Amino acid sequence: MGKKRYFVSDDKKEKEGTAKKGKNKVIKTKKKDLIYKVEVRPNVWGRRREDSKVKKVKRIPNPNPKYPGKAPISKELLEKYSRGDGINKSGIKTGIHKKKQAQKERNIDFTTEQAARVEILLTEDSGYLEADDGETTTQFTQKQIADSVDIAAATKSFDLKLMDFGPYCAKYTRNGRHLLLGGKKGHVAAFDWLTKNLHCELNVMESVHDVCWLHIETMFAVAQKEWVYIYDNQGIELHCLKRLNRVTKMEFLPYHFLLATASDQGYLSWLDISIGEIVTQYNTKLGRLTMLTQNPYNAVLCLGHAKGVVSMWSPNTRDPLAKILCHKSSMTALHVDPKGLYMATAATDRSLKIWDVRKLTGPLQSYTLRSAPTHVALSQKSLLALGMGNVVEIYRDSCITPTRTPYLRHRFNIPINSFNFCPYEDVLGVGTEWGFTSLLVPGAGEPNFDALEANPYQTKSQRQEAEVKSLLEKIQPDLITLDPTSIAEIDIPTLKDKVEAKRKLLFVKPPKINYEPRRKGKGKGGSAKIFKNKKIVQELAKKEFVKNVKDITLETKSKKVVKNKKPKNVLDRFLPKK
Amino acid sequence: MKVKVISRNPDEYLRDTKKDLYKVPRNFDPDLHPFEAAREYVRALNAVKLERVFAKPFVTSLDGHRDAVSCIAKNPTELSILVSASYDGEVRVWDLAQRKCLRDFAAHEGVIRGITYIPDGSRFITLGDDKTIKTWKTQMPQFGEDEEPINTILSKTVIGGISHNNRGVTFATCGEICQLWEQTRNEPIRTYQWGVDSLHDIRFNPVEYNILAACASDRSIILYDTRDSGPIRKVVMKMRTNRLSWNPMEAFVFTSANEDYNNLVFLITNYIPCYTKVIEDIVTTLHNAFVFSLYTFDTRHLKHPTNVHMDHVSAVTDVDYSPTGKEFVSGSYDRTIRIFECDKGHSRDVYHTKRMQRLTSVKWTLDNKYILSGSDEMNIRVWKARASEKLGPLKPRERLALNYSEALKEKYAHHPQIRRIKRHRHVPRHIYNAQSELRTIKEKTKRKESNRRAHSRKGDVPYVPERKKHVLSEME
Repeated sequence: MGKKRYFVSDDKKEKEGTAKKGKNKVIKTKKKDLIYKVEVRPNVWGRRREDSKVKKVKRIPNPNPKYPGKAPISKELLEKYSRGDGINKSGIKTGIHKKKQAQKERNIDFTTEQAARVEILLTEDSGYLEADDGETTTQFTQKQIADSVDIAAATKSFDLKLMDFGPYCAKYTRNGRHLLLGGKKGHVAAFDWLTKNLHCELNVMESVHDVCWLHIETMFAVAQKEWVYIYDNQGIELHCLKRLNRVTKMEFLPYHFLLATASDQGYLSWLDISIGEIVTQYNTKLGRLTMLTQNPYNAVLCLGHAKGVVSMWSPNTRDPLAKILCHKSSMTALHVDPKGLYMATAATDRSLKIWDVRKLTGPLQSYTLRSAPTHVALSQKSLLALGMGNVVEIYRDSCITPTRTPYLRHRFNIPINSFNFCPYEDVLGVGTEWGFTSLLVPGAGEPNFDALEANPYQTKSQRQEAEVKSLLEKIQPDLITLDPTSIAEIDIPTLKDKVEAKRKLLFVKPPKINYEPRRKGKGKGGSAKIFKNKKIVQELAKKEFVKNVKDITLETKSKKVVKNKKPKNVLDRFLPKK
Repeated sequence: MKVKVISRNPDEYLRDTKKDLYKVPRNFDPDLHPFEAAREYVRALNAVKLERVFAKPFVTSLDGHRDAVSCIAKNPTELSILVSASYDGEVRVWDLAQRKCLRDFAAHEGVIRGITYIPDGSRFITLGDDKTIKTWKTQMPQFGEDEEPINTILSKTVIGGISHNNRGVTFATCGEICQLWEQTRNEPIRTYQWGVDSLHDIRFNPVEYNILAACASDRSIILYDTRDSGPIRKVVMKMRTNRLSWNPMEAFVFTSANEDYNNLVFLITNYIPCYTKVIEDIVTTLHNAFVFSLYTFDTRHLKHPTNVHMDHVSAVTDVDYSPTGKEFVSGSYDRTIRIFECDKGHSRDVYHTKRMQRLTSVKWTLDNKYILSGSDEMNIRVWKARASEKLGPLKPRERLALNYSEALKEKYAHHPQIRRIKRHRHVPRHIYNAQSELRTIKEKTKRKESNRRAHSRKGDVPYVPERKKHVLSEME
């Protein structure tokens, strides 16, 4: 291939001069015009070597040190948005894949940093209650709190007197905007509790055991005396689920569209409400189930039992995924916090324990209280509410550090039946014998919601849009496991699995050989001969299989054989035989 | 006492008028977004399903030819113009955007073997079995004017293929010998010959514009340099190469489309009387060569191909690179078009219709969006290069969504469910049967080889990688 000339100068001498030096130079001629001399090499085929030698551009130092560039982000904040450490790159063998992986890691780091930076755009601050010197936060009554907050917030503290059909259980929707009340004696009401706008109110003329919102605020399920019914927000009965009978507790798994129920006879069932089919239903064989809560982090159901045991269930196995002995006496209440970090359990021996649900080892905190709590609830900001008879006590920071005094206390005249923290609000909704009371708990809720996840200000069209989106993203029940990220991880069999697989081989039946003898010409080999051949082939295959199995057994047993070898003595023969 | 509870002003969260966009406050706290991995997986699954749902690659069919389409040429300067030639000597010029024929005329007597545009797109050259090379204007003749070639050259030898230099005035033809022509001259400026076998396809390298490659009927590929007086190199393969195509981005890479063994069977019947040795050779070749493959070569290293692309079940008749040089399309005698990624051994997509017969030529358009195919049943078909791509402009949100699902598909590509859906293609029964037959044959040879290996001395039956099986020799 010939040399190409890109820049040709008129002056021949100049050209020769530069060729000797062999470097690119700018030469000033007498005429004061610039001529660039470029050394031209023949083109090489393939990747140009020069490309890899291009120097990196040096960073220009900051001319104005007053503005040092992007603000540094604290490690804690980065930790909050981090998805864990990157993968170990030592296992990657080829350079190109190493580079690709490095690029991926850089992208992930970049997104983490961006997400952490975006936190500055959050508009709302979380609530708080601070006492002056000589005061404690416990001493403030609901009236005092309601009087000192703004009018809009004060309306969130209210009391519904429903004397006839109590005791009441109450549930909030996922966006915290709507409230569902179920009175034991049949009264069911759904309303927007912020505007106090009633959707529907009905009497089902049966006992009501539990109520539960479905994926949107236009549908809810009610566990009645025999069966579970589904109503819409006008109070019209949509379905009667006779396969779910004598249900005591219900939980809705919003991302899986599953209505999980626990029944009087010990049955657990998961109903897919998008297709109306029961995914799994089985008997836990643990008797009457009265305590049911879901772990929102992994959609596993947690059941509390009278023996002080908490068991965790998924629809994929009939055995519990985990069983923890939490208390030595019978349990009264349990709840998992909305982040899926902590589990609070309470027992009749006045004890209360906080557990790390991901670890399932020893309690983080263990408290003994003045009386046995009958209800517990954890809020989005990990405030702990305890119900003891007619008293509600709320504790702050009780999960990580041991606390002694309650943050807030509220005393009712009547026993309480259930309570729930309202998501995205500083409110605790308490259902009592005589109605429903909404208590203000400053600092309980997450102040900044994500509108694509749960939006309290959702309009009808937004709701419809979100419903379609969430239906498209419905997670299959098979994916309910203790570790919800397992789907994104590489499935590498552990040594234990490998050994197990090898051991299993020993008990495999020899494969059936389907031997089709070739049709030779007429008169060659009768049916007897064919049958004989068939037998021979099958026997051969079986022999080979048995031999393989033997090899494996020898492999596994060979170590033991070595162990037994001892130096033999001539007199050993006179030892008594074993 | 200092107290504050969450109290949101609805005005900040609700839109002012009905014509406003909804306010969507975001909080990227991972705790508020549970089941991240599982939801992503479901999205990836949906994306890959939608990809299959929207995979409707067939765009249109251009009919008008009265005989099978023999070759197609793309206009290098205009995207919508296409010229095609058929076996009855007719040339047609098509407007792809309007999907109609602009011009048709009888150019040659007998089959047209090659057609090519000159690089500025102002003229095109055709050649036929009547041994003439004719140059035509791209512009339509004026009203009342006849279709007349601007130039007609009568060749002394039979000619079978043409390719124009990408940057000059020269073009090359093949046939009995390889000839280099100049547009203005009526005699070849240079002729090349290596052996006595005829050549049936020739291609100029689009980047290294002095390099030529030709396929010879003695199963070889010959490389020429137009600055040299003789050919440079020759690779002899086990199978005949039908067509080849240079990678427009990597000048040193070309892909060849190879013949099947049907041809060899024909050879056996011819050879039987005299050459028993030849038959033996061919029979051993037969054992290895039941695959209908494309081979990607690196001209710097011709000893064996850098990649073997398998999937066709019959002879591959034509191949053309995409302008990005990342993918190429191949047409086959098995009535399917397949799209391969350059570095993958198997095709990423297969196109077929009930009515499409044996493919004679395929082309990838210069906007990287469409594939053109000419086939035996007189039609030219236009296909989308990416089967599920939306045609027309994309709105920004649409593009974002597509990019996102593309990324998800890549992230979860190795999940069995996703991989299965992504890979699944429906193929006509004859392809399906042929595939299973080929699989059996392949298994059989593999088994036989391993048996042979087991019963012979160590090292007597070596392991030969697939890449090294198909090249007989390289000559300089």
